Amino acid sequence: MRSLRVYAVLYLLFLYAPIVLLPIFAFNDSAVISFPLSGATTQWFTGLADEREMTGALRTSILIALISASFATVLGIFAAMAGTRSDFPAKRPILGLIMLPLVLPEVIVATSLLIVIVQVFGLDPGAWSIIVAHVLICTPFSVAILNSAFQNLDPALEEAALDLGESRRGAFRRVTLPLIVPGIVSSFLIAFTISLDEFIIAFFMSGNTTTLPVYIYGLTRFPGKMPLVMALGTLLVAASIILLIAAEAMRRRGLRRAGLKDTGGFL
Amino acid sequence: MTLIQLAGVHKHYGDFHALKGIDLDIRQGEFFSLLGPSGCGKTTLLRVIAGFEGVSEGSVSIDGRDMRGVGANHRPTNMVFQSYAIFPHLSVGENVGFGLRRDPRPREDKAKAVDEALEMVGLSGYGKRAAHALSGGQRQRVALARALILKPKVLLLDEPLSALDKKIREQMQVELIKLQREVGITFILVTHDQEEALVMSDRIAVMFEGEIGQMDDPETLYRRPNSRRVAGFIGMMNFLPATIGQKVSQMKSRPAPPPGPDNRGLLQRLKDIGRVVPPAPKALPEYETGIEVKVAGLGRCIVPPEQIPDRVGQGETIVGIRPETLSILFEGETTQRNIAEAVVDEVVYYGDMTYYDVRVAGVEKPLTISMKNLIGRPVLDVGVRTRVAWDERSLVILGS
Repeated sequence: MRSLRVYAVLYLLFLYAPIVLLPIFAFNDSAVISFPLSGATTQWFTGLADEREMTGALRTSILIALISASFATVLGIFAAMAGTRSDFPAKRPILGLIMLPLVLPEVIVATSLLIVIVQVFGLDPGAWSIIVAHVLICTPFSVAILNSAFQNLDPALEEAALDLGESRRGAFRRVTLPLIVPGIVSSFLIAFTISLDEFIIAFFMSGNTTTLPVYIYGLTRFPGKMPLVMALGTLLVAASIILLIAAEAMRRRGLRRAGLKDTGGFL
Repeated sequence: MTLIQLAGVHKHYGDFHALKGIDLDIRQGEFFSLLGPSGCGKTTLLRVIAGFEGVSEGSVSIDGRDMRGVGANHRPTNMVFQSYAIFPHLSVGENVGFGLRRDPRPREDKAKAVDEALEMVGLSGYGKRAAHALSGGQRQRVALARALILKPKVLLLDEPLSALDKKIREQMQVELIKLQREVGITFILVTHDQEEALVMSDRIAVMFEGEIGQMDDPETLYRRPNSRRVAGFIGMMNFLPATIGQKVSQMKSRPAPPPGPDNRGLLQRLKDIGRVVPPAPKALPEYETGIEVKVAGLGRCIVPPEQIPDRVGQGETIVGIRPETLSILFEGETTQRNIAEAVVDEVVYYGDMTYYDVRVAGVEKPLTISMKNLIGRPVLDVGVRTRVAWDERSLVILGS
């Protein structure tokens, strides 16, 4: 028992110690990343605002994440509806293929997409190609979340709405949609988070477009900027945690609304 | 008046033949039940009537109108779902008023209609409550109110009581019957519970494997099932091999009843004093005409010809006999009925009733007998020899 406890503590340290270091050095007033700490400051955070390139990269990243998350969620709704409501030939293989990018190495996705875009179509990669690739890798997450939202929905609810005189569209709008809104929001937030800090694809496809992770990677070559990276990292971790908590809260709220038991989720 | 007419309805799902030629006439104001084991097609049939499923062949008409191409939202039917399908994001009142959106009446009238519907199902004042906080019985009432507020021609109920516990279920059965009489709407109930169907229905269609096995009122269905399948599904039934023989005429084995009480009036009796009253004519031996049936383990009897269905001829057959029509003859009891020797094989005590399984000579399966536990009647032990009284009138001749 004792050794198990030690193991658990070491495991958590291994997982989270590097992340804990981020805020520690972000508030340290020395430009050198090393112990002992010299004093507390918030100058790195205020300094971030002056980094024109950085704010540009942040804006690009947020825009790409918004668009990718929207597409992924819409595609996720279609796939989840098809998967839970209708039956068609080769349904399982098709749904399996949709989920495949979840386990496909991103390097492979990035390389092959780049080859297709540059070699086959002769196009220049840019923000649009990053969006295409991010939709590809975010959709499986959206499908997974929305699948559970649709599966938790009693199909009799939509039939009841039809039976009470609503049209198909009316039944979707008055019954199905309100009940899956939490799932939609949750899917959107997760996809947004994934796209926001995705690096490999954004790096391969960047062209003239620099996303935030790519920019941060570039910064690591300048030791003087390290505290800035730490400050930025701290903000990103905080934002990610807030988004994930919001997504999970929405998912649970959806279950409660539908009067169902929680059967696990991402958190 | 026929309200719903189904003619030659078939339904295929790929290779699966779910409905195999259903012909059905349901009358206006009738409480009609579709009864059968799971997978017999009863729910499919209900969904065909509701318009959730199309037919592969045949026709459905409601109130004289062909329903081909008419969707569920345009049919004069409303449904109470097995899961009740209460909209969890709406309040009780919003659930009940859901179908009134296209109703042209002003808002206050609709609100009043919702209140009335809630009152009808005994949920006055529940309008503001959240739907997901209701109990099973309350959900069902909301589902009923939500359907009945639209004044449908037909209310379809898909196993509406199966999710409730026994006490509430029995209470709801009575309430549903009352409600149906009150509103006068045709109810079609799908159930796998034969007792529920018998208690509630005017008529029952018993379904097996996509076909209707028998369609009759509850009493006929119970007393005169037309096949072994139906007999075995409705209530408990003992099955015995039997042989149907010739038409015979014989002296009644039972003695004629004793003469009735002297019912001459007092005045007449006084007048008769001293007179020579001619003796009552001696009763002539009575003859009975019928068909000889030999039942394995029970013995021989004569049954009236009308008790044997036309489709059953002479020779081997199966007869059914209900447990409550058999009785154990306890010490000192006599009977004018037929008697067979038996040995008690199993005793199940239910408080008000005792169920005995008894063995009779020449029959492999024990016979089940249900006896009321009247005062002074003992409960027999396993292995005790006893006599079983039976009556040829309770034989159900089923054919082979």
